[in-house]
Amino acid sequence: MIKFEGEHLLPGQIGHFFIILALVSSLISLISYGVASTKADLAQKNDWQRFGKINFIIHFLSIIAVFSIIFFICYNHYFEYMYAYKHASKELESKFLLSCIWEGQEGSFLLWSIWHAVLGTFVIFNKKEAHHTIWKAPIMSVISLAQLFLMFMILGIYFFDVRIGNSPFTLTRNEIIAPIFSQPNYLTFIKDGMGLNVLLRNYWMVIHPPILFLGFASTIIPFGFAYAGLQTKRFGEWVKPAMPWALMSACVLGVGIMMGGKWAYESLSFGGYWAWDPVENASLVPWLILIAGIHTMLIFNATGRSLRASYLFAMLTFIFVLYSTFLTRTGILGDTSVHAFTEAGKAINIMIGLYVLSFAVPIFILFFKHYKKIPAIHTEEETSSREFYMFIGSLLLFLSALFIILITSIPVYSKTPLLKDLIIRIHKGPLAMPQDAEFLYNKVMIMVSIFIGFLTAITQYLKYKNTSRNYLISKIKFPIIVSIAMATLIFIFYPIHFNKHGIGFLVAIYIALFSSIYAAISNIMYISLVLKNNLKPAGASIAHFGFALMIIGMLISSSNKTVISDSKVNGINVPIGKDPMSKKEEDPTENLTLIREVPTKMGDYQVSYIKDSSGHEKGRNFYLLNFEKKDKTTSKVEERFVLQPDVYMMKDNNMSSNPDTKSYLTKDIFTYISFALGKENKEDTTQFKIIEIGEGEKSYYSNGYFELKKVEKNPANSKYKFGENDIALQAEIQFVSKDSMHFDAYPMIIADSLGILQIDDTVYAQNLFVKFAGVSENHKIKIGIKESDQLIDFVTVKSYVFPYINLVWLGLIIMAMGLLMSSVYRAKFSNRLSGLILLMAFIGLFYMFLLAN
Amino acid sequence: MKRTHIIILIGIVALIVGLLVFSVDFSTYDTINSAKNKQGKFVHLIAKLDKSEPITYDPIKNPNYLSFYAIDSLGGKTKVIYHNSKPGDLEKSERIVLKGKMEVDHFDCQDILLKCPSKYKDDKKMLEKEMEDQTTKN
Repeated sequence: MIKFEGEHLLPGQIGHFFIILALVSSLISLISYGVASTKADLAQKNDWQRFGKINFIIHFLSIIAVFSIIFFICYNHYFEYMYAYKHASKELESKFLLSCIWEGQEGSFLLWSIWHAVLGTFVIFNKKEAHHTIWKAPIMSVISLAQLFLMFMILGIYFFDVRIGNSPFTLTRNEIIAPIFSQPNYLTFIKDGMGLNVLLRNYWMVIHPPILFLGFASTIIPFGFAYAGLQTKRFGEWVKPAMPWALMSACVLGVGIMMGGKWAYESLSFGGYWAWDPVENASLVPWLILIAGIHTMLIFNATGRSLRASYLFAMLTFIFVLYSTFLTRTGILGDTSVHAFTEAGKAINIMIGLYVLSFAVPIFILFFKHYKKIPAIHTEEETSSREFYMFIGSLLLFLSALFIILITSIPVYSKTPLLKDLIIRIHKGPLAMPQDAEFLYNKVMIMVSIFIGFLTAITQYLKYKNTSRNYLISKIKFPIIVSIAMATLIFIFYPIHFNKHGIGFLVAIYIALFSSIYAAISNIMYISLVLKNNLKPAGASIAHFGFALMIIGMLISSSNKTVISDSKVNGINVPIGKDPMSKKEEDPTENLTLIREVPTKMGDYQVSYIKDSSGHEKGRNFYLLNFEKKDKTTSKVEERFVLQPDVYMMKDNNMSSNPDTKSYLTKDIFTYISFALGKENKEDTTQFKIIEIGEGEKSYYSNGYFELKKVEKNPANSKYKFGENDIALQAEIQFVSKDSMHFDAYPMIIADSLGILQIDDTVYAQNLFVKFAGVSENHKIKIGIKESDQLIDFVTVKSYVFPYINLVWLGLIIMAMGLLMSSVYRAKFSNRLSGLILLMAFIGLFYMFLLAN
Repeated sequence: MKRTHIIILIGIVALIVGLLVFSVDFSTYDTINSAKNKQGKFVHLIAKLDKSEPITYDPIKNPNYLSFYAIDSLGGKTKVIYHNSKPGDLEKSERIVLKGKMEVDHFDCQDILLKCPSKYKDDKKMLEKEMEDQTTKN
């Protein structure tokens, strides 16, 4: 046995102890609450519940301890731990330390379990009578079971030869086979950890995972209520108490998903906030089913119908959260998604599979066993009733969720035994996504959005049971007139230009746009027309308005998105090296090369790449791009701004790009570096050639001639302020190339107490470096000229204009606020508490989505 | 469920399914050699960068032209042309999924999905390589 030096083994041992404690306490809690839920006798039930409560609290504290220890290990860069080695690094800014923790599988499982524990604690301490005696025990047994599985995922103990779960406290030397681990002082060789993936070094990555996981975790509560309904055989009573939870969950999950979109938009070079990536889809599907469930639950509360559907949707929401875990964490999406986890080992995959099945199978058995006993009304609802259209809407949302998940699961089919062979036989090869995968989703979802838009617009004006025709017409005629007027104005003054998929799709976009506008106006007017401006019960209308606004924003910003870095419309970049074999008209040419200091036309702007500068972090480089918009007739600069997209240059010249965006109220100019030179490419070995020249004289360089216009002492300019005692000389030199282009250069020489400082100037367009080398005996000026044969400095950029993208974020905020309003209204919180929750949420959301960055 | 529901439901499903069947052409995963047998068809190739061949990308001349060679585990090899900028970590990638069409003398690529060691920390082999790189350089 080697005695290793410098290791800190104690935190890991304590951490491991707490993982085991958390596992055992969740097991005892599961048993206690499980038994409690079968006890009819209240005294016995209370005893078991009290025991369960103690254990759940121990469990909660244990996972907090585990989390703190991981944080401690990463914070102190204890690279003897695999987790710190894989995810932390010394140069990482400390604000990203939390992101390190949820970058890995273990940390994100832990995050999930922390939220379950927090929600569980709320359930435990709910003092309401019915809650305490009926719902608490079954819900807590569901949560405890989930916790048990999550603890197994991070257990890391061997049963015979199989390791159950991956512990975050494994040691690097036990995980990696490398020669250095045979040396006792191996730690001195590990200078730094691998660090956080540069794509995740964005402030959204600190906030998006916790919110998304809170959204995922919160879906367990409606599931728990549905289970409680079946378990206690109080089939319909769970719906009312579950309602505020379901609404809160929809709010948080929706926000969490869109935070991911905002992150992708701000920090990834995907060119948008949504790409129908499998990982994105997997989180959207539970949300859609949850929304469907909320609507059927409302129907049940009002009319006693749709209880079975409510069960189904409440169950499926959480089951699809589990399924999305399965998709993203087992490596099954490896070839289809850009941001899924890779496979973490067969044992953990089996664990994840078991986790999914242990919830899905028993609840469905229970559901079908009691299916006949679940009350249902067997008459038809009136086609003029609100519940009828709400149900249609719910079904539509559910079907669209099924459609999305069926397509997203394509990689799963190819790994399912029999099905795989069948596909290969029919399809002549393993099934893969079609050429334009996004369009496959978009063309179906645009149909869905049309129907959903009209349904949300009209349904609120209908009454439960049935509605008289006159009432409906009197109420909806005004909104519909306003919508038609507004839509007409938009169609005339801001038409959609989206011809990529033909006229049929364009018409569909227009109809969807109209239906969303109608939905938005109809819902906002509902508040004054029907609710008489009483905002308390207006949550639904506000949420619908926000949703419609978001869809409007999505339709406009995607359809009218324009690429302004198109090298075809540009005079400077003539594509010379194009391949005659394959170069077709429709090929995307979205990249444009900007040569340093050469203004290039991009859309309405003249864009110049000014310079690059390094950031705080190792390898991060910012590129200063100056955008100028000139008036067409007077050529006066109307508008000027600087964008600084940045790139992480990693070793081997690999790069990762972060866009920068100029945001206006009505549009975003979104720009990122699609290619940049590595630092080593810029090193230059050419020497300066010194030429002696007098004022007004001319000399030659390889591509033309230059003239020393004048030499100025202590010139007044914006960059340098010179006093009486300074000696600074600036030469003004004009270069004239063979094609009679004029370029000015202003090299300087400054002499002060510190010595002589030469400030060179550059003419990038001519590959020239110009130096003020000194003054000669005969009062001539020594000018150094360097003609670099190296690559000229440039960056290649992609730039898009997203019009009205703020509608997407604004709509999201409004929708979230509407859902939250309904949630606190139904939870019957005091006015002060409700107000406080809503205010905090609003400030947080508004700041995050519209002000920050 | 009510009769009216069922009718509307069927209508909607039919609409969606109809749209799908009407216009979707699902692609396949292919090897380089099998893709050569179906020229002009949109396929997914699972391949690797051929490091013995040069990568051509000159963004000053044309920022939308990249060419390189790809090989796969079955010994197939093809030139790849991609009319877009060079993905940042192409050279470092261990495995690439190329989406596009096989033409006579090259693969006309429309999208590249890269698998890079830096992004895939859970892969043991990658970790070992990374550790070796780091500790032997010092």
